[in-house]
Amino acid sequence: MRGARFAPAQERVPVPPEPDVAVLERTWRQPRGIVGWLASVDHKAIGRRYIVTALGFFLLGGIEAFLMRLQLARPENTLINPDLYNQLFTMHGTTMMFLFAVPVMEGLGIYFVPLMVGTRNVPFPKLNALGYWLYLFGGLFLYGGFARNAGPDAGWFSYVPLAGPQYSSGHRIDIWAQMITFTEFSALIGAVQILVTVFKLRAPGMSLQRIPLFVWAETATSAMVVFAMPAVMLASSLLILDRTTGTHFFNPAEGGDALLWQHLFWFFGHPEVYLIFIPALGMVSVILSTAVQRPIFGYLAMVLSLVTTAFMGFGLWVHHMFATGLPQLGESFFTAASMIIALPTGVQIFCWIATLWGSRPRWEPPLLFVLGFFAVFLIGGLTGVMLASVPLDLQVHDTFFVVAHLHYVLIGGAVFPLFGALHHWFPKMTGRMPGRTLGYWTFALLFTGFNLTFFPLHNLGLRGMPRRTYTYPAGLGWDRLNLLATCGAVLMAAAVVLLLVNAARSLRRGEPAAANPWGAETLEWSTSSPPPAYGFASIPVVASRSPLWDESPLGRVVGLEDDCPEVLVTHPIDAEPSHHEELPRASIWPLVVALAVTVGFIGSIFSPLWIVIGAAVAIPGAVAWYWPTHPEPRQLEEAAR
Amino acid sequence: MTSLAALFPATLEPAAPEAARIAALYWNFLWVCTAVYVLVAVFLLLGLLRRAGTPDRRVSSRAVGAAFVVSALVLFGLLLLSLRAGRAIESDRSASDLDIEVIGHQWWWEIRYPGTRPDEQVTTANEIHVPVGRTVRLKLSSDDVIHSFWVPSLNGKTDLIPGRWNYQTFRASRAGVFHGRCAEFCGYQHAHMAVLVVAQPPEDFRGWLAAQRQPSRPPATDVEKHGLDVFLGSPCILCHTIRGTGASGRKAPDLTHLASRMTIAAATLQNGPAQLGGWISDSQGIKPGNHMPPNSLPGPDLIALISYLGSLR
Amino acid sequence: MQPKRVAGLLLAAGICAGAGCRQVSRELRTPAPASTLPRHAPASELLPASAPIGGSDFPALLGENPYAGNAYAASEGQRLFEWYNCSGCHFRGGGGMGPALMDSRWLYGGKPSDIFRTIVDGRPNGMPAWGGRIPEYQVWELVTYVESLDAGKRLAAPPGPREDHLQAGDGQVSR
Repeated sequence: MRGARFAPAQERVPVPPEPDVAVLERTWRQPRGIVGWLASVDHKAIGRRYIVTALGFFLLGGIEAFLMRLQLARPENTLINPDLYNQLFTMHGTTMMFLFAVPVMEGLGIYFVPLMVGTRNVPFPKLNALGYWLYLFGGLFLYGGFARNAGPDAGWFSYVPLAGPQYSSGHRIDIWAQMITFTEFSALIGAVQILVTVFKLRAPGMSLQRIPLFVWAETATSAMVVFAMPAVMLASSLLILDRTTGTHFFNPAEGGDALLWQHLFWFFGHPEVYLIFIPALGMVSVILSTAVQRPIFGYLAMVLSLVTTAFMGFGLWVHHMFATGLPQLGESFFTAASMIIALPTGVQIFCWIATLWGSRPRWEPPLLFVLGFFAVFLIGGLTGVMLASVPLDLQVHDTFFVVAHLHYVLIGGAVFPLFGALHHWFPKMTGRMPGRTLGYWTFALLFTGFNLTFFPLHNLGLRGMPRRTYTYPAGLGWDRLNLLATCGAVLMAAAVVLLLVNAARSLRRGEPAAANPWGAETLEWSTSSPPPAYGFASIPVVASRSPLWDESPLGRVVGLEDDCPEVLVTHPIDAEPSHHEELPRASIWPLVVALAVTVGFIGSIFSPLWIVIGAAVAIPGAVAWYWPTHPEPRQLEEAAR
Repeated sequence: MTSLAALFPATLEPAAPEAARIAALYWNFLWVCTAVYVLVAVFLLLGLLRRAGTPDRRVSSRAVGAAFVVSALVLFGLLLLSLRAGRAIESDRSASDLDIEVIGHQWWWEIRYPGTRPDEQVTTANEIHVPVGRTVRLKLSSDDVIHSFWVPSLNGKTDLIPGRWNYQTFRASRAGVFHGRCAEFCGYQHAHMAVLVVAQPPEDFRGWLAAQRQPSRPPATDVEKHGLDVFLGSPCILCHTIRGTGASGRKAPDLTHLASRMTIAAATLQNGPAQLGGWISDSQGIKPGNHMPPNSLPGPDLIALISYLGSLR
Repeated sequence: MQPKRVAGLLLAAGICAGAGCRQVSRELRTPAPASTLPRHAPASELLPASAPIGGSDFPALLGENPYAGNAYAASEGQRLFEWYNCSGCHFRGGGGMGPALMDSRWLYGGKPSDIFRTIVDGRPNGMPAWGGRIPEYQVWELVTYVESLDAGKRLAAPPGPREDHLQAGDGQVSR
C-alpha cells in the first residue's frame, strides 16, 4: 500500500543540487571543548546523556536492591539496621521510578523521535538541554543527601503522616520532595519536546497514519506526562509546605486529611507506571517488525490501544487505596477500570502474534528480549487482574505478592524491551555492532535470575510477608523463599554486568555498523551510524508507513538553508509543508538557569532567602537565553521532488 | 484442597467465612489466569515455530477480533466474580455481636473492649480474644501514622488512619490462634508489629473477658512486692498502666494482665521471664528505634520486677 | 566522556559518604542511661538558681548537649514533651501554669546545661524533678527540643502540633 507520489509524474522538475554536507556539518555541529560540551543543544547528545545517566541510576538502584536482598536472605539478619534499610528501599523505589525508568524512556524518545519523523532536532533545543540538567542535578541532589545519611526513608510513595513534620525529622523528606519537583520539570520539558516534534516537525508525507508505532507510543506517553506530573508536583509542594512552613494540608489534628496525599500521589503514581510501560510497547513493535521483516499487523488497533491505555491509565489510581476504607461502590468502579485496561494491551499482544505468525524470525538478542517480555509481562498483567479485585487485593496488598507483580510488569514490561531496544539501536547510536553472544548470555541470565528472584515472592506474599520490612522472624515459612530470591538476585546482577561489558567491548572493538544493519523500516536507519550532527542530509519525504521498505527511494525536501540550523515545520494532520523555522545554536544559558534553579530549590529547604538568590541568577540567565539572535521564519519556496 | 493449600498457608487456609470467600476467589482467578497464560503462550510459540508464510489479513483480523471478544468476556466474568465476593463479604457486616476498638501506635496495637460501665472497659495490647462463631466488628484508627490491620486467616486488611475510623468484620469459624501483622509501612519497627487473634469458645471468651475486667492481682510474695516498688519507682509508670496500682500512663501497652498474654513486644517475643528481662533492660537491642527506653536496673530489682510482672495474670 | 560522568557521579557519592553530619545522625540504639543520676531525687527546695543542689551526684560542670542541632533528637524531644505532659504546664512553648519556653527569658538559665539541670533537679514553684525518672539521653532530647522552640532558630521539620494529642475519637469525621 504505497502513498501517492509527492509530485505528479508528468511534471518535469529540474533535479535540485545535492546538499553540501560540509556546510551542514559546520552548521549543526556542536562546539568543541568543555564549554561546548556543556552548551550542546543537539537532541542526539542530550538523548544520549539521558540514557547514560539513567543507566547510571539504574545501577545505583540495583545495588540498593541487592543490599536489601542480602539483608532479607536470612531471618533476623543484622547486616543492615532498620534506619539504613528504610533509606535503601525508599532510594531504590525513588531511583528506579523517577531517575531511571521515565528518563530512559524519554531519553530514547528525545534521541529517536526526531529521527523517526524525519527532522533534525527537537523544536526547543535549549529547553531540552535545561530538562537534562535539571534531571541530573535533581538526581545528584538526592544521592548527595543519601550519602550524608539524609536519604529519604518513608518509601518512594512517602505516605503522610509518616513523612510529615512530626514523624520524619530532618531534611530527608524535604530532599525527596524537592527532587520530585526537579525530575517532574524535566519530564514535562521532555514531553513538550516530543509532542511538538511529532505534531509539527514530521517529514512531508508522514500523515498521521504513517507515524511509526514507537513515535505513537512516545506521543501517548508525553500526553500523559503533561497531565500526571502536575499532580505529584502539587503533592510534593504541599508536603514541603507542611514540613517547612507549618501548613496542615495533611494533618488531621488540624483539619487536614492524610488520605489527600494518597489521592494526589496515586493520581500521578498510576499513570507513572504507564509512562514507563507504553514506550516499551513501542519498542516491542520496533524490534518485532524488524525481526520478522513485516510491518506490525493491525496498525489502527495498535495506535488506538496505545491511546486508550494512556487515557484509561488515569482512571485506576484508587486501586492503590483499596484498604483505606473508601466506599465500596467507588472501589468497584476502579476494579472494573483496572481490569478493563488489560484489554487494549491484550489487543496489542494479539496483533503482535498475528504479525509473527508463520514468519521466519531472525533470532537476534532483541527478539529474545521481546519474547522474555511476553513471558514475563503476561504473568504480571494477570496478577494485576487479580490485584484489581478488591477482596483479593485486601489480602495481598502491601505484601510481597505486590512486589512480585510490580516487578513482573515493570521489568518484564519495560526493562526487557529496553534491553532489547538498546541492543537494537546500539549500532545506530554508536556506529558499532553489539556483541551477539554476550547479548544471548545477558538475556539468559536476566530471564533466569529474574524469575528465580521474583516468582517465589508471589508465594511469600500469600504466606503473609508484608513489604518494607527490614527483617522477619524465623519459623513462619518464609526463610527458604527469601534465600531463593536472594540467589536469583545474584544472577540478575550478573546479567546487568554482562550488559555493561558487552556495551564497553562493542564500543571499542565492535564491527563498524552500516546505516541499516538489521534491515529495519523506519527513517532513523536512513542516516549513517551514528547519525551526523545534522541528522538527515535532506529532510526525507515519506510515502508509506515503512519508508525504508519501499521500492522507490526516499524523496527529499529541498529549499532549507544549509548554513543556518533550520527545520521544516509541517501541518499536524497530513504533514504538508508549512514553513521553515530556525533553531537556536549551542548555548550555555540552559546550564546557568538550571544551576540557578537548582540552588534556589535546594536552598529553599534550608532558608527562603535562597529562592531570592536563585531567582537573581535565573532571571538574567533566562533573559540572556531568550535574547533574540535569529530572524523570523520564512515561507517555503521550493517544491520537493 | 488441603494438600495444595499446604503450599500456601495463611491466606489460603481460612478460619473465617470472609477469608474463605477470598481464598475461593483466589483459586478461581488462578485457574482462569493460568489458562489464559497457557493459551497465549501456545499461540505465541505456534506462531513463531510455524513457517506457513504471511496469513491472510482477514483471517488475522478475525482472529484478533475473536481473541479480543474472548478476553473481554473472561475479564467481565472475573469482574462479576469479584464483585459478588466483595458484596457477600460486605453483607456480613450487618449485625455484629461484639465491637472492639483497635488503635494503632508505633509499633504496637492498643485493644479496647467496650463496656456499659467504665469499670467494665478493658484495655489490653497486641492480643485480641474473640468468641468463635460470633460476628466481631473491629473499629480501627491510629494515634500517629497509618498502620494496617491484617490477619490473613480471618479477612483482608484494613488501614488504621489517624483522623478517621475504619471498620472490619469477621467471624472466626474455628478456635485457634491466628497471626497477623501490620501491613502499612509505619517506621522503624514496622517489621516487628504483629498481632495475635485468639478465637475461643464463647464461654471461655466470657471467662477471659471477666478476668481482664478485674484490676491487677496484688503482689503475694515479698519478691513480688519489691517488684511492685521497683515498678512504681521507675520510669515505667510514665507510660504504662497497671490498674489497681498508681500507674496510669497511657502511652504504652496496658500491663494489668500482662502475664495472661502469650507474647510481648507486639508478638515479637514469647512472654517469659528471660524475654521480659531482656526487653526491659535493652528493648532497643530487640526493636531498635522503638519508643521504650532501656533501663539499667540492678540485678535483684530486675528479678523482682520480672517476678511481679509475671504474676499479673 | 559519557562513562566517565557516571564514574564521577559514583566517586562523588563515595567521597561524601564518609562525611556524615550532626544534624542528620540518628542513634537508634541509645545506651542504657548512666547511673550518675539519683534514682529518687529529693523534692525541690526553695533555692536560688546559682546554689548547687545538695546531695547531687553529678559534677558541677555539665558537658555540652550531645544532641545539639540534631533533628531526630528534637523530634524525639517533641514526642517526649507530649508524652511526659510537659505541655500540661508549658503548653506548646507559650506557657500556662509554667513559664513560656519559646521566649528568651530564662528564670534558671537558658544554656543547655541549665535546662538539663532544671529538668533533672526540678525547680521551685512546681517544676518536678525528673532525675531518675527518665534516662539522661531523653533529658538531652528534651533540651534539644526546648532549644528548638526559640523562634530564631530553624531546625529541620520545625515542631508543630503533633497528632499524639489526637486521641482516637477526637473530632472525627466518621465515614
